Amino acid sequence: MNNLAANWLLGRLTLGDFKHDLIQMGGVLAMVFGVLAVIAGMTYFKKWRWLWDNWLTSLDPKKIGIMYIAVAFVMLLRGIGDATLLRTQQALSSGTNHGILPSDQFQQIFSAHGTIMIFFVAMGLMFGLINLVVPLMIGARDVAFPFLNSVSFWLFAAGMVLVNLSLIVGQFAATGWLAYPPLSELAYSPGVGVDYWIWALQIAGIGSLLSGVNFFVTIIKMRAPGMNLMRMPIFIWSVLGSMSLVMFAFPILTATLTMLALDRTLGMHFFTSVGGGDPMMYINLIWAWGHPEVYILVLPAFGIYSEVVATYSRKRLFGYTSMVWALASIVALSFLVWLHHFFTMGAGANVNAFFGIMTAVIAIPTGVKVFNWLFTMFRGRITFATPMLWFLGFIVTFTIGGAAGVLMSIPAIDFQVHNSLFLVAHFHTMIVGGVVFGYFAGFTYWFPKIFGFRLNERLGTYAFRCWLIGFTLAFTPLYILGLMGATRRLDHYDASLGWQGLFVVAGIGVLIILMGIGFQILQMGYSIWKRHETIDTTGDPWDGRTLEWSVPSPAPSYNFAVIPEVTDRDAWWAIKQAKPIAPPTYEDIELPKNTPFGMYIAAGAFAVGFGFVWHIWWLAAAGLLGALTMIIIRSTDDDTEVTITAEQVAADQAAYAKRRQT
Amino acid sequence: MGATHVTKATTEQSSLATYTTGFILSLVLTLGAYFSVTQHLFNGSILVVAIVSMALLQFFVQLFFFLHLGREKGTRWNLILVSFMMTVVLIVVFGSLWIMHNLDYHMQLTPEEQDNYMQIQNQKGF
Repeated sequence: MNNLAANWLLGRLTLGDFKHDLIQMGGVLAMVFGVLAVIAGMTYFKKWRWLWDNWLTSLDPKKIGIMYIAVAFVMLLRGIGDATLLRTQQALSSGTNHGILPSDQFQQIFSAHGTIMIFFVAMGLMFGLINLVVPLMIGARDVAFPFLNSVSFWLFAAGMVLVNLSLIVGQFAATGWLAYPPLSELAYSPGVGVDYWIWALQIAGIGSLLSGVNFFVTIIKMRAPGMNLMRMPIFIWSVLGSMSLVMFAFPILTATLTMLALDRTLGMHFFTSVGGGDPMMYINLIWAWGHPEVYILVLPAFGIYSEVVATYSRKRLFGYTSMVWALASIVALSFLVWLHHFFTMGAGANVNAFFGIMTAVIAIPTGVKVFNWLFTMFRGRITFATPMLWFLGFIVTFTIGGAAGVLMSIPAIDFQVHNSLFLVAHFHTMIVGGVVFGYFAGFTYWFPKIFGFRLNERLGTYAFRCWLIGFTLAFTPLYILGLMGATRRLDHYDASLGWQGLFVVAGIGVLIILMGIGFQILQMGYSIWKRHETIDTTGDPWDGRTLEWSVPSPAPSYNFAVIPEVTDRDAWWAIKQAKPIAPPTYEDIELPKNTPFGMYIAAGAFAVGFGFVWHIWWLAAAGLLGALTMIIIRSTDDDTEVTITAEQVAADQAAYAKRRQT
Repeated sequence: MGATHVTKATTEQSSLATYTTGFILSLVLTLGAYFSVTQHLFNGSILVVAIVSMALLQFFVQLFFFLHLGREKGTRWNLILVSFMMTVVLIVVFGSLWIMHNLDYHMQLTPEEQDNYMQIQNQKGF
């Protein structure tokens, strides 16, 4: 009877799920102490009220963007920690030495590394920067659905908490970042690991889907007067492309994860072949989402490079129209290539040939973009500021990685190098050299607009150098190892293979990347400390070309005192060249009020996820009911806006003008 | 001011009419599908064709009567998006059918063999 009650109350959660071995315990302690230190600090400095009022409940996309980036950066630390463990294991574990990690733990770590880096670092940085910049760039005061934006962020945060909770309570999936069945089915993975994976991704994925709709509508409906489609900055085009991919690809992920969850929780047979299902269908579906996902991540990074290269070359972007069409064709093609992720599963030559050719074709629009960037630099007055350095690092690594990708698009070659470290090196070149470098460039570039002061250049340069050198050292050996036959996800290899030296070099590369991250943390701290020296009084520190530079730094909560009229592609550049116009008349501005309901709804979603992971059905039901109740309460609230009066706006603008003169 | 008021009233009236028509049509199509199964109105492949075509018909009813496709002014974003969505859905559905059929044709696996094969694939990787 007692047992039954405990079972009802706690599902399959027992005390044993809190026990861990040494290395896991280290991670748990680091995490718990980190959280405790933050809580203690907040309490000591009496900052809870400030945090709640100014951040947690805020609907200002700039603040939501900063929260996205903060979460993503903390997750980057976790992800790079996982990477360090993996590479340490591989550098040591040769011959009689079996390294520091048992196999099962190694598997959990590479699964967590991939999941966290894609869903909670890359996606977080992307949505963070989109939140910061998109409304400012299109001359809008807000996003189309400010409350939905907050819900999206908090769902993302709930998914993040679920992933990290798996380290403390129970275990994480040991099935790789995409959890292929039959391995991820109940018969072979009976623990909670795969369930954690499913529900973290499901919750964060729904958040992403809502964000996708939100920003798509924002770009379509809220552009400043005069900004027709062909006057939108390329970053906006790239976000538009990326968000349309989010809208049409993420539902596939949601459906696929739901089917896997039904298999595991209710004993259904979507993907168990013995029960009449088909595991190959899972792999087909997950990649029908997974390939567009790669472009979802990289397109906004392409957009950032386009803005950065034009600004720091002091030239209009070369080949704007071709850039737009290149983006559009990448969006279309990204839905036609997914089979190249499983060329070797058993499809015939005709199917493989079709998808191979489609994959190779993507190199054409991408090549167009590379040449456009290079021609933008040609005869420009280039300033080698940090964002430009990230761009230059990108253009080299990305072209190399892209060449490796075109190579692998040929099915016959894929049969040789699939599942090898060559593949691992290829996609890390694209994701790190393409996506992550881009978001770092964007973060440095737009930092003064959001915070009002610039980041330290010297430390930024050091961080860049460490990243570039570390990256090269970490991944060039993997190309070679892959060609020598080393498979991915390898936790031990024979000493006679002679791979250890190369693995050691790769490990050193990771350490240098860690130094780069150290410099980034140092750069942040130092820049905040010395912020009075780099304060941006002009609002336009880089002599920019697009509208976000026309407002003061840090940007006011309403973004634009007066909505600008756009007459040119480089709208702010055109305004700067024109004669000053008559003093503007201000009017009242309505902004959304702060609300904690986004957080409450996400808390409900979290309870649903946790309940399903541990089979605590009352908690799942309560979470669902709670979230629905919160949605109903919020939608009956009519008092959701505050007004900023015209006098207040005028006073702000006067203060800003005064600051500008000093 | 008066003019806009009048337009608003007429749109409200006409939208009530379209919603009602859409609702009744959806109801008829749903019940039609239900009764054609429970009352054994059709059999075998005719039944499948009947249900699928009623589902497709209902899809278009929803698009036109509830989402007002094709009745917007200016740039027809809804139309563009729905066309893009249809393209993606068609690509994913027919692409998957093609791929899965091709896999089936080339592999000829029994369920047990497939389970075994996929486990080996999981071990050695794709």
